[in-house]
Amino acid sequence: MQTIDLEATGLREMNSALQAQAKDTNQTAWEIVNPRGAHAIAVGLDAPIDVAVRGSTGYYCAGMNKQATVRVDGSAGPGVAENMMSGTVVIEGDASQYAGATGHGGTLVIKGNASSRCGISMKGIDIVVHGNVGHMSAFMAQSGNLVVCGDAGEALGDSIYEARLFVRGSVKSLGADCIEKEMRPEHLEILAELLERGGCDAKPEEFKRYGSARQLYNFNIDNAY
Amino acid sequence: MCGIVGLFLKDRSLEPQLGALLTDMLITMTDRGPDSAGIAIYAQNAGDTAKLTVQSATPDEAFDGLADKLGTAIGAKATIERRDSHAVLSMPREKLDEARGYLRASHPDLRIMSSGDAVEIYKEVGLPKDVAERFSLSAMQGSHGIGHTRMATESAVTTDGAHPYSTGADQCLVHNGSLSNHNSLRRKLRRNGIEFESQNDTEVGAAYLTWKMQQGASLGEALEAGLEDLDGFYTFVVGTKDGFGVVRDPIACKPAVLAETDRYVAFGSEYRALVNLPGIEDAKVWEPEPATVYFWSH
Repeated sequence: MQTIDLEATGLREMNSALQAQAKDTNQTAWEIVNPRGAHAIAVGLDAPIDVAVRGSTGYYCAGMNKQATVRVDGSAGPGVAENMMSGTVVIEGDASQYAGATGHGGTLVIKGNASSRCGISMKGIDIVVHGNVGHMSAFMAQSGNLVVCGDAGEALGDSIYEARLFVRGSVKSLGADCIEKEMRPEHLEILAELLERGGCDAKPEEFKRYGSARQLYNFNIDNAY
Repeated sequence: MCGIVGLFLKDRSLEPQLGALLTDMLITMTDRGPDSAGIAIYAQNAGDTAKLTVQSATPDEAFDGLADKLGTAIGAKATIERRDSHAVLSMPREKLDEARGYLRASHPDLRIMSSGDAVEIYKEVGLPKDVAERFSLSAMQGSHGIGHTRMATESAVTTDGAHPYSTGADQCLVHNGSLSNHNSLRRKLRRNGIEFESQNDTEVGAAYLTWKMQQGASLGEALEAGLEDLDGFYTFVVGTKDGFGVVRDPIACKPAVLAETDRYVAFGSEYRALVNLPGIEDAKVWEPEPATVYFWSH
């Protein structure tokens, strides 16, 4: 295990060390101590390494992640795993606003609650939240899956395209063009796999599925350019 | 941007450290607001005295003999304690309004930063660490305090543009965000007799709360009404004689973190402002909900 003391090493040097790892590196286990809420921890990684952050992080932790697994022992500030491409990010505590925003792939697991705009403009990422999500979550979500084991705030899935939203608890309100949809066997299968990947013991049958009614301007072929 | 910090002590044994803890929190928020900084600190005066914090661009002349002149004018004992460009004038509580009137009429060059039994407000242009040093903030004691680091968006970088703003006796407001209807609201409040010192949006927010409370609303009611009448982005932290409160607009894009232990309640725009607080590892840490008024008092 490679240990980096962020206070002693500094942010740029720490991120450079992590970013320098090649696909076949044999230094696969890393630990960051003293994160103290710093911004941009473990961003831009592109190797199958495992990075454990021992504490809470500030803005944009694990942004643009590829291949790597980043685990945060505490809570994460705004924009965690923003624009993730692949790999896994696990937050043991809560995540602040726009967690997993614009993510193209990979898995984001939030064991506490996520704040507003979770999964905004998601483009293929899978997000599993053990607790609740705040307002405007999955706004303009294009693809991927958002699983919420708790409740969802106002305007869930506003202007959604093709992402799947699964919520176990209550939904305060649905956003424009977002509707409840039938849970078919194939959805239960997808959800079961997501719950397993996210380490949730919830049953797929307890969830409702939401998605796009496909009634907004862009869905009408006569409006195509 | 802008950074906000706040610390409300439940454990009185921490009171001697209030200034030091808040100063550390404030300086951590320099990245969010390097233009100006300010702090409101609540320390109850002994006996039946009240205090006014005043600021001057020419403090050497302005504060020279000021306590004596004030004492003569109000017919009571007044004392002065100077801190750089600010000074705290203390006088019998029943003379507070008279003292305020005298200073406004005879010393129009003095800015009255705060008035009340407990509050003192210090704010200036400059890096938070420099502002903190000028006022020896780290040596201050008290029961609770609020700090602000400013990155100007809506008005000039001046002392008047810095936070906190007084919203009445022993009350103050700091703000992260921007109000978009401040011009129309300022005009409306002016018609209702409220005076303004700057073109700043937060001053309008502060004046709005003052106006609401003059009409009989409690602070909580004024903040609730603000959710309807104030258009824009805001995380507000307010201070009162014995408490402090937090409210975020319904969109809540301005960050906020609260932490609570048996010994204190702390607010930071970011978690990193809180990392040096005693026992933070075991604190309950959470993000305040949008459009929800939080309040703690002694």
